Amino acid sequence: MNNLKEMERELDLSVDFAGVLLKNPITTASGTFSARESGEFYDISELGAVITKGVASEPWSGNPTPRIAEVYGGMLNAVGLQNPGVEAFIKEELPYLKQTGTPVIANVAGRTVEEYCSVAERLSETEVAMMEINISCPNVKEGGIGFGTDPKMAAAVTKAVKKVSRKPVIIKLTPNVTDIAEIARAVEAEGADGISLINTLLGMKIDVQRKKPVLANIMGGFSGPAVKPVAVRMVYQVRRAVQVPIIGLGGIMTGEDAAEFIMAGADAVSVGTAALVNPTAPVDILRELKQYMREQGFKTIGEIHEAFMK
Amino acid sequence: MKKVVWGNILCNDPIAKDVYKMQIQSSEMGPVKAGQFVNIYLEDKSMLLPRPLSICDAEEDSITIVYRIAGKGTRELSAYQAMNQIRVSTPLGNGYFIEGTALGGQIDDYSGKTVVVAGGGIGVPPMVLLARRLKEKGAEVLAAVGFQEEPFLIEELKQYCREVHVATDRGTCGFHGNAVQMIKEKRIDADEYFSCGPKVMLKALSDFCTEKRIHCQVSLEERMGCGYGACVGCTCKIKVKTNQGMEIQQKGVCKHGPVFFGEEVVWDE
Ligand SMILES: Cc1cc2nc3c(=O)[nH]c(=O)nc-3n(C[C@H](O)[C@H](O)[C@H](O)COP(=O)(O)OP(=O)(O)OC[C@H]3O[C@@H](n4cnc5c(N)ncnc54)[C@H](O)[C@@H]3O)c2cc1C
Ligand SMILES: Cc1cc2nc3c(=O)[nH]c(=O)nc-3n(C[C@H](O)[C@H](O)[C@H](O)COP(=O)(O)O)c2cc1C
Ligand code: FES
Repeated sequence: MNNLKEMERELDLSVDFAGVLLKNPITTASGTFSARESGEFYDISELGAVITKGVASEPWSGNPTPRIAEVYGGMLNAVGLQNPGVEAFIKEELPYLKQTGTPVIANVAGRTVEEYCSVAERLSETEVAMMEINISCPNVKEGGIGFGTDPKMAAAVTKAVKKVSRKPVIIKLTPNVTDIAEIARAVEAEGADGISLINTLLGMKIDVQRKKPVLANIMGGFSGPAVKPVAVRMVYQVRRAVQVPIIGLGGIMTGEDAAEFIMAGADAVSVGTAALVNPTAPVDILRELKQYMREQGFKTIGEIHEAFMK
Repeated sequence: MKKVVWGNILCNDPIAKDVYKMQIQSSEMGPVKAGQFVNIYLEDKSMLLPRPLSICDAEEDSITIVYRIAGKGTRELSAYQAMNQIRVSTPLGNGYFIEGTALGGQIDDYSGKTVVVAGGGIGVPPMVLLARRLKEKGAEVLAAVGFQEEPFLIEELKQYCREVHVATDRGTCGFHGNAVQMIKEKRIDADEYFSCGPKVMLKALSDFCTEKRIHCQVSLEERMGCGYGACVGCTCKIKVKTNQGMEIQQKGVCKHGPVFFGEEVVWDE
């Protein structure tokens, strides 16, 4: 026991992400975390940061139900960024999160460049630590993924948001592109302070008994363990294309999965679908990552990066 | 704190065609309100998401669930053996508003009142614990339950209900028709109605109660991702009184529900 405590003290999981100190690299993936509800299962202040559900300038009602489908190795969702709008987020969610002391990364949704900017500007006046700009949601018709698949549009959103934001800006990329490195370079060139990837892959499921799509929206975002190899590959490619820090996510279910993303080049990671499968997944994964580090003799996150032989 | 715990399966027995009753023992289950549900996490990890199942009855340190084989997950569940362990959440959702809660709710004292618990098909299980709780609160409880052809949980309901009226769609036994038709035709009157079952049935009961100007509470179902309010997957439309008048809001079935007042629910679509 004493020995264990001794070793624990020697572990330093902290990371500096775009100037914000996170005590460990584990964060929650946007759309799979809710301050009060997740907080009913574990102490969210244990996490490096929390990333909240996407907020837009006005409330969005999202897509009709059913919005969720299970598929082999993952799930599809077509929530469509239902959210109460940025003012409600600031009034209702932020104060609760603030008192936990956990750094808050607010995920930002928009249909137009102006909309992203108005949310980013408003959030700059609050206590959020950083913003994650979602230019990659496959579930909204305008904006969303449209911005993430075209390097010029991705760059334009980044440039505009950077102009109005006084907080570090992380751009969240979509995997539904041919050349992820090109998009990453484009947003870095316009001043992105960090990049997170991946958002969901576009997927579909058909109920062969009813001969109808399972989701009311027909298509949805594919996430969960099955997408992990795609995500690891993309983090690896983007790490070699840009200098800015990276949040890696997509199918992280265990501490070793988190270590794999860190080796691929991620500075921090987000836990998404795993938290729907097991409400305490983010803290379980943190514990497992520590365990892995102890077993491997790693003392810092930097040592995991360095150990990777490409 | 809410938890996901390992419970011991005490029994898992068929009680009708494709319908099973499972009792799960865990000292960590905590208090249970009628109308709450649990998430069942399956062993086969290719089925990632939990299966929400209503709590049919509860004792100090165990719960009973009753489920119908609907697909792969519930089929796997039916194969679990007594003495095995199962991963299950502690109770989720708000349950029926039969005591004052932060979300409103009804009086705590039901003495002198007659209530009807109306279940349809696999919506019958939560009526058992509900009938029990209502009886504990002094109500005279009547049950009006409908099935396609084979009734189940009738003996359990009889423990807490003065009368148990049974309907079957095919007329194999009891009233020929559905539970709401039976309530109307047999004039099964009450001061308040409580229900769980197919949406068409809930809507019919809600319309009937709106006409009679009495309350009814209905338990809604929606496809769930997490079951605890994190994924915004399970919304329904609810009419809410605000300062600006009536407004339609999206509520989470798992978090704000699954029980709502019939007159609040937007039924169309
Ligand atoms: C709050 C709540 C309480 C419930 N209580 C009970 C209960 O007490 N007993 C019981 O038998 N069933 C109950 N259900 C339905 C039960 O959750 C589904 O039947 C089950 O999840 C199906 O899993 P499966 O893997 O067998 O089916 P799958 O293979 O996943 O799907 C088979 C079919 O089941 C239906 N289904 C799948 N998921 C859901 C869902 N979340 N809600 C409704 N239908 C679904 C669909 O029609 C689908 O076509 C409840 C659902 C909710 C939301
Ligand atoms: C139900 C659900 C809702 C999501 N909502 C958002 C969102 O609002 N904004 C966003 O940027 N990503 C959203 N995502 C994507 C996740 O943040 C994450 O990028 C993706 O699910 C991959 O990670 P995972 O495999 O660990 O889930 C959502 C994912 C799910 C499953
Ligand atoms: S199922 Fe996830 S919010 Fe209701």
